[in-house]
Amino acid sequence: MVSKLLALAGGMRGFLVLIGAGLVGVTVGIMGFTFGYANGFAYFADDPATCKQCHSMNKQYDAWAKGSHKTVACQECHSPEKHSQPVQWLLSEADNGFWHSLKFTTGAYPTNIKIRDHNKELVRENCLNCHGNLVSQIEQPSLHSNAQIDCLRCHNEVGHKR
Amino acid sequence: MSTAEEPQPVVEPKPDHSRRRWLLPAAFFVIGALITGGIVALLMNIAQRKAESTQPFFQVVQLTETSFDPAEWGKNFPAQYESWAKTAEMPASEQATPPAGDPRAFMAKSKLAADPRLVTMWQGYAFAVEYNEPRGHAYMLLDQQLVKRVQPPFKQPGSCLNCHASVPEVLNAIDPKDPAGAWATMNKMPYADAAKLAKHPVTCIDCHDPATMKLRITRPAFVEGIKAYKATQGIANFDPNKDATNNEMRAFVCAQCHVEYYFKGDAKTLVFPWKNGLTANNALDYYDSIGFSDFTQSLTGAKVLKAQHPDYETWAQGIHAKNGVTCADCHMPYTRQGAVKVSDHQVRSPMADEAQINKSCLTCHHQTEAEMKGRVETIQSTWKESSSKSFDALDQLIRDIAAAKAAGNVNPDWIAAAQQWQRKAQFFQDYTVSENSRGFHAPQYALSIVADVTDAARRGQLALRGITEPVTKDPAKDYTPMKATPAPTTAAPATPAPAATPTPIVNPVYSPAAPAPTATP
Repeated sequence: MVSKLLALAGGMRGFLVLIGAGLVGVTVGIMGFTFGYANGFAYFADDPATCKQCHSMNKQYDAWAKGSHKTVACQECHSPEKHSQPVQWLLSEADNGFWHSLKFTTGAYPTNIKIRDHNKELVRENCLNCHGNLVSQIEQPSLHSNAQIDCLRCHNEVGHKR
Repeated sequence: MSTAEEPQPVVEPKPDHSRRRWLLPAAFFVIGALITGGIVALLMNIAQRKAESTQPFFQVVQLTETSFDPAEWGKNFPAQYESWAKTAEMPASEQATPPAGDPRAFMAKSKLAADPRLVTMWQGYAFAVEYNEPRGHAYMLLDQQLVKRVQPPFKQPGSCLNCHASVPEVLNAIDPKDPAGAWATMNKMPYADAAKLAKHPVTCIDCHDPATMKLRITRPAFVEGIKAYKATQGIANFDPNKDATNNEMRAFVCAQCHVEYYFKGDAKTLVFPWKNGLTANNALDYYDSIGFSDFTQSLTGAKVLKAQHPDYETWAQGIHAKNGVTCADCHMPYTRQGAVKVSDHQVRSPMADEAQINKSCLTCHHQTEAEMKGRVETIQSTWKESSSKSFDALDQLIRDIAAAKAAGNVNPDWIAAAQQWQRKAQFFQDYTVSENSRGFHAPQYALSIVADVTDAARRGQLALRGITEPVTKDPAKDYTPMKATPAPTTAAPATPAPAATPTPIVNPVYSPAAPAPTATP
């Protein structure tokens, strides 16, 4: 039996390669299962329900689902535009995906989560993607302070009440 | 060992093939094991989170009305129990060293040492002997049993246990069949005897129904108090255990203790003075109407009141109460644990640390932790400055009355009027300094109390001199402006205009012959 296997594998070296390949297969299998179990494929689509898979955004999701922007998916506000900026979109997804996974796994994040500054800026830009024409007159930097007007300073609950 | 004369032949070191051959597979093995182990760990983590989100509660033991031990409840609700037990934690900066012979490893700092004006104010009362900063729920029973206020020569009733022990257990020990009778008995008992029946500080059963975990009221004094208060709002026969909303209960359970109260009559029945409403003025009116005083201030002879810790009543005057934000929202905020949120039973200041500010304030306020902390500090430091000035005013009134009594030549009616003002000033000052939020629970209301203290102290000092100043209620109607005599228009610029005739200032001359003041506070 053993000698037959050895012969089939082309000697001791080939046999070890087979074992190694088998072990890699085990690891990949566990990886695949874990990915599937965690519903990882959902992260490549844009169903808003994906964002509450880990439960930390239940509150945001529930509020969004009852809000004025419920027909606008999470990523339409929180990611760069996918088709016109595919590279930025991918980088943003990878950046946020990595930190979300890490923080949720370790639990090292506050009860009330907060948006990072560059992501907040992204949201502001996305406000203008839809509402830009309407607010073009008021969106200009102030004549006096040269400060950019931030839509979210006043409209901070339009997407989802925190 | 080699020497210069005998050069060693250079030998190529023979490569150790046997070792190198295994190094690579071994490294691969370790890396493969680590990767696989890591993925399995992640898998388990995901599985655990998924389980948490679907099955947050496992019943291990059956809880009943006699489950007094919080550890039993902890078997079913480990997260809540663990956070409740953490009320024993105390930052090192807040700890004080107990006196020799005290069984405690550390205790809370003395409030009397921090502000000895309290000692003057409370002359004639046990609080002048020992009064400390508050600390965690875990210590309420122990600290009370060791405080000098319950040791001889002071005599305290069992009523004190209403808020320093888990009462259902005490009542059960006195008479399991008649809780109302047992409560009356406990109130009258000498403190030391009643305290022997107390086993725990406030625990699960004090606020929760063991069958449903619903919040419930266990203290008869609150049931009566809130009934009286709701009647002032046009709601008759209010029963918190039947009629209160869940949101109300999130403040009511705390309001069973964090309130102003007094012990009524020889039965030492615990009563909340809420018949006229929840403000300090309402409470003072109530005490005046029944002629109640906690003690006679020994420096001045004034019949005064000891305010307790009206946290609930003060909160009720503030913006958070108006918006339905309850005690539990800030002091027991929801805390994320894995995939679930648990109400934090480590009741403490939301300002304890950044994570606590995040959990409490940032649920509604969209600012940073630092900004929220700054706001609270501004409110508290403003209150601290103002209440220190009003405390000075009260202190000086007390010293003035004491001096007038010692002088022996002051109209007794003037002294009586000043004592009445002291009663008000002292009750209000005590009210705001004994309240636990340093002005935060209702900032504007707290400062209005402080202003009332200063005004009452000023009027008291004037009353002692036989002067009664009018109170302006509607300036447009009952106030006449005082105007300076206009300077002569023809006066030469070189010579200064003659000053208006000054109103003579009445000097504090004590004279028993002078007429008595007509108005009293």
